[in-house]
Amino acid sequence: MSTLATTDNGTGADPGPGAGTSPTRAARPDYRVTGRRVLASEWAKLWSLRSTWITLTLGLLFLVAFGVIAAIRYKALAGSPRIGGDFAASTAVSLSLFGANFAQLALGVLGVLITAGEYSTGTIRSTMTAVPRRLPVLWSKAAVYGVVALVVGLVGAFVAFLIGGGLLAGTPAALGLGHAGVLRSLLGAGLYLGLVGVVGIALGALLRSVAGAVAVLIAALMLIPGLATLLPTSWQDNVTPYLPSNAGHAMFALTQDPTTLSPLTGLLVFVGWTVLVLAGAGYRMVRSDV
Amino acid sequence: MIEARKLTKRYGEKTAVDGLDFVVKPGSVTGFLGPNGAGKSTTMRMVVGLDAPTSGTVTVNGRRYARHRAPLQEVGALLEAKSVHPGRSAHQHLRALALTHGIPRRRVDEVVELAGLGSVAHKRAGAFSLGMGQRLGIAAALLGDPETVMLDEPVNGLDPEGVLWVRNLLTSLAAEGRTVFVSSHLMSEVALVAEHLIVVGRGRLLADTTVADLVREAGGGTVKVATADPARLRDLLAGPDVEITGRAGSEELRVTGLTAREIGLRAAEHGIALFELTSREVSLEQAFMDLTRESVEYQGGGAGGGAGTDIAAGAGVGPVAGAEQQDQATTAGRTV
Repeated sequence: MSTLATTDNGTGADPGPGAGTSPTRAARPDYRVTGRRVLASEWAKLWSLRSTWITLTLGLLFLVAFGVIAAIRYKALAGSPRIGGDFAASTAVSLSLFGANFAQLALGVLGVLITAGEYSTGTIRSTMTAVPRRLPVLWSKAAVYGVVALVVGLVGAFVAFLIGGGLLAGTPAALGLGHAGVLRSLLGAGLYLGLVGVVGIALGALLRSVAGAVAVLIAALMLIPGLATLLPTSWQDNVTPYLPSNAGHAMFALTQDPTTLSPLTGLLVFVGWTVLVLAGAGYRMVRSDV
Repeated sequence: MIEARKLTKRYGEKTAVDGLDFVVKPGSVTGFLGPNGAGKSTTMRMVVGLDAPTSGTVTVNGRRYARHRAPLQEVGALLEAKSVHPGRSAHQHLRALALTHGIPRRRVDEVVELAGLGSVAHKRAGAFSLGMGQRLGIAAALLGDPETVMLDEPVNGLDPEGVLWVRNLLTSLAAEGRTVFVSSHLMSEVALVAEHLIVVGRGRLLADTTVADLVREAGGGTVKVATADPARLRDLLAGPDVEITGRAGSEELRVTGLTAREIGLRAAEHGIALFELTSREVSLEQAFMDLTRESVEYQGGGAGGGAGTDIAAGAGVGPVAGAEQQDQATTAGRTV
């Protein structure tokens, strides 16, 4: 009685080097784990979960909806004396990217779910049994989801700008896509959100807990900048611009003031943070038991 | 083929696996037995590289698991804990595993059918019963058409039909020349399929033996005879492979090497009256409990023999122990 012999690879009778010793079975198919296959597997895993679709939609919605709402609000107040100082200095870019703060949460949390979720559900045991070298799993998850978050971020940023920018036509904030720095800001926003996704992946793999990783993510992106104002002023200028959130925001700010980094430096610093967490995640993934 | 050498795993102060040496050979089912907490699952996790040994090594088909080009083709493992995302369907779960190795979709469909999951393959695994989850785990283990199949408590949660299916599966996998390594804390379950046994307790190897040897060592196959003339019967029964013990002044003899039937016939030939003729079957369960008594981690209340162990009634291996005695007796007339 043969239970398994039905898998015939059809590639001839030559048994590979790892071929079985049993005469009762046909030549073994030449399976092999490769980087591309791990990528394909992670791609399939990403889209086979409902949470992916929900969270990505939410991220896109936040980005577009809040940008449009900010533009509408500005338009309503434009020219009136009631408009505040900060708000008055807004541009079509800053208004339409208003939703990036919220979208980063959705995209970062999804990143956390992709890795930490495997630990909490136990899926990681299947994953690591299939790919016992482990690190390809981390790289593949980061690559697959980084690209997806990047695309969602780019689409969201451009759609928000096109709609928001259209609404703002005729106001002091109006800017065209061709205006200096606009394209760079929108690309920067997409890139930032893509990297936030990767940070989420890395935090999830590092902490192996959805709650813990989400807490750290929110702290790093939203709370620490506020706490940094408690530092002595002399420190603030040296430390604050390099915090993840501030460096990240510099990536898509249209204008720079002396206290912020340039977009390129901001990108480099934020990539540095991402690499740091990713390296920590890789270290833990290889060193500790699943 | 699985080979463990001085395999050790410590978690802080606690030693879960303590210098295990064993070889699991292809072509037969090897049972991996031990009470709860004996280190079976930890050992199996080390085989597939989920846990790194503190010291020692374990290799599969000659290499460490992680060194294989196609690990799922070498070892198919079902581990104790759930390892499926509840939001994915069985098919999606298996497909994601298959993709890492370039295993064709056709093979995914095959193992789904093989595990009897055809009708639920596209339902979310979160809604699966324990038994269905177990079938999915077995399907995943068989996905790569592996040379070695390692299952941790495979019949947990299965209905009787599922239990039978697993038994037949294990036997046929071994018959195909594969290495089959299956853990259980129930001797009765393992004894039905396994030829070889590796018994552990508190992380240490207690026995590396066969089912037949274990029974023999535990004193199975002894016949208790009570007769009016023990001295004469003793002379009559004596032979090269026969061992007879008995206390002076007692009517009782214990005979190994002869069946109850042979003893009864010989006594009848010579007109010796017998009062009792009982073949003493040591159940494997009892042998296992004797072996692991020292190392049962969680003793039930009371110090009685057999506390803290499950005695599977109707296990199919000898009768279940009577409450008052360790050696379980059946009358000779009963065919076991």
